[in-house]
Amino acid sequence: MDKILLPYNHLQTAHCENGVATGLLKHHGLGFMTEPLMFGLGSGIFYIHIPFLMINNGPAISYRSMPGWIFSRASKLLGVKVNRRKFNSEKDAIEYLDNQIKLGNPVGCQVGVYNLPYFPSEYRFHFNAHNIVVYGKENGNYLVSDPVMETVTTLTEEDMLKVRFAKGPLAPKGHVYYPENVKQVSKEKIQIAIQKAMKRSAFDMLNIPGPICGVDGINYTAKQIRKWRDKLGPKKAGLYLGQIVRMQEEIGTGGGGFRFLYAAFLEQAYGYIPNDALLKLSDEFTKAGDLWRASAINMGRIYKGRLNDQKDYDQSADMLDEIAAIERQAFKNISKLKLI
Amino acid sequence: MKKEDVPQDSSALDGVTRDVCYVKDIDGKYTTDLSVGWDVKKIALDNAWEDIHERVKEAALLVRNGEKSPIFYYMELKLMDLPILAAYTGFWQFTIKQHFKPSVFKKLNDKKLFNYSKAFEITINELKNFNG
Repeated sequence: MDKILLPYNHLQTAHCENGVATGLLKHHGLGFMTEPLMFGLGSGIFYIHIPFLMINNGPAISYRSMPGWIFSRASKLLGVKVNRRKFNSEKDAIEYLDNQIKLGNPVGCQVGVYNLPYFPSEYRFHFNAHNIVVYGKENGNYLVSDPVMETVTTLTEEDMLKVRFAKGPLAPKGHVYYPENVKQVSKEKIQIAIQKAMKRSAFDMLNIPGPICGVDGINYTAKQIRKWRDKLGPKKAGLYLGQIVRMQEEIGTGGGGFRFLYAAFLEQAYGYIPNDALLKLSDEFTKAGDLWRASAINMGRIYKGRLNDQKDYDQSADMLDEIAAIERQAFKNISKLKLI
Repeated sequence: MKKEDVPQDSSALDGVTRDVCYVKDIDGKYTTDLSVGWDVKKIALDNAWEDIHERVKEAALLVRNGEKSPIFYYMELKLMDLPILAAYTGFWQFTIKQHFKPSVFKKLNDKKLFNYSKAFEITINELKNFNG
């Protein structure tokens, strides 16, 4: 029987892209890498509410930067090259993946979750920016390390092809990626990377023009929520609020998980640059995360049908405005901060 | 969030996986913990599915009443929308909207129907002989 099993350590993380990126860099010898560090260095924290675009018949909101950017940005700061390939031909895509495994190289694959058989069926929507690591092949089945799963899993060749060539928004087109020529990274380089990545996040959250990105975007959502009950009726408005909560993470506890991740990043950053300002900032993001959580609970009371007055919608909106104020101040402090 | 506040509410993740959460331990330092689910999120997901089931039921009714073609029903059933169905079939969204009309659907050749049946992962027969 054919079997190739590459020595890749499965890593479960809160978010799939962080997980694949962290796991692959660790595999290539960067043992210091952690999920929060990857998320922070990749400037993953973000907010965007895209008007008019609907996802699963609800508002299109994201709490993180574009898929793929976290790994790319973090790698660039660490001097690591990420090799990425997309394919027009399914045959080429299969050959390329099989060849990488034969070469002994575990790779990241972008996949759609609709046809992922091991996912809970309730989570299988047409979402195409999920990430997994393929670390071998046995009897024609791919050995898969999916960062949202507790243990490793497998995919048949047929299923692998389906998920790699899922169609629609963010279609993966067989996307395969892996880091190349990874060299050891000095502490000084990590320190510089931390500072640059933080400034980048502050820019993204504060300075992108228009009302829908960054902290302005959170205010924008708040403004919309105030109108939803009258505009959409209680049922649809409830579904929209549910979508806000569901989008807080893909599979995840909701309630601003990405904010807690950023707070954890800032705490770890303190380990590289012992400046108390980092711990203070970390506390601010913990506060923001807790408030995201509280706002989710409040929205939950509405879509559970326990509350349904305009004042309840206003209260949810007020909470988002409060979150926006906390994050605005925190990112302003980051812009002014001089760490090294 | 503190470690003791990690929600452990039974959810769709049961028996499949648990969520990694970043939480504060008793010393106020970040650590991770696993959660089996959170009611607030579970109910949002349940509601979304309830809405999907209603949409599918409504679509089936429209097909039975001769107002829409089975393509419309299967699009809803497979959680697709026009952009996604267009991407899977290679048809323009405008064309698909035409194919939602029962009169146009009846005249579609097998090649076109095959594109749809492939996208919906059903046979052409199932698509032609709707009994939702």
